[in-house]
Amino acid sequence: MEAHFPKKRGPKYLDLLRIKQPLPAIVSILHRISGVLLFFPGIPLMLYTLQTALHSPESLTHLQSNLEYPFAKLLLLLAIWFYLHHLCAGIRHLALDLHLGLPLPQARLSSKIVLFAGIILTALTGVWLW
Amino acid sequence: MVMVRRSNRVVTGAHYGLRDWLAQRVTAVLMALYTVFVITFTILRHPVDYDDIRLLFDNQWMQIASLLFFFALCWHAWVGVRNVLMDYVHPMAARLTIQIMVITALLFYFAWFVYILWG
Repeated sequence: MEAHFPKKRGPKYLDLLRIKQPLPAIVSILHRISGVLLFFPGIPLMLYTLQTALHSPESLTHLQSNLEYPFAKLLLLLAIWFYLHHLCAGIRHLALDLHLGLPLPQARLSSKIVLFAGIILTALTGVWLW
Repeated sequence: MVMVRRSNRVVTGAHYGLRDWLAQRVTAVLMALYTVFVITFTILRHPVDYDDIRLLFDNQWMQIASLLFFFALCWHAWVGVRNVLMDYVHPMAARLTIQIMVITALLFYFAWFVYILWG
């Protein structure tokens, strides 16, 4: 009897821009991207801000007035989002290390929570700041 | 019979052990605790003028906690960036060059932070 193998119907190539990534993959790559961006330019920007804030009352006022520009606000919110997303995704990692939420449905749910927690906390920070 | 197997370990390779994995998690927890403290303090005390912020960072315990946070941050960044480099940068010369740049940057960041706290 002849064996009939099903024809492979998987994708012939993996075009990252055309395939739809599952949510945990998106949370994971954002964890990585945010981590690299927090290292650079995140840390030097944070140090510069801290130095300016602590230097003198005048430099602090100057910094606060610079942060009134919409572009500066956008940049600050982006930095806060990267930080909070990295933090939330990291907490999820620690939970996974403790074997909490390993089954796929739970892993998908927790990645959804992480993604939205990062966004919502960033929005709340924005509301609180201005 | 070959008695000694050639090691396939390379200078820019993984550190083959639990150390990095554990360090990444311990430093993460330390930074998370510091972050929660700073956020709580900011919400409760609302430090907006210069004297508030100066007073906070002139406090000895805040200085120690901040230094610990920043040391954890540098260590954490090193492990993380190195993992990313191992995934995407394969030529050893390029990887080693970037690793040296990252270490130099982190040392520079650390010195800068110490200068901000006590300079």
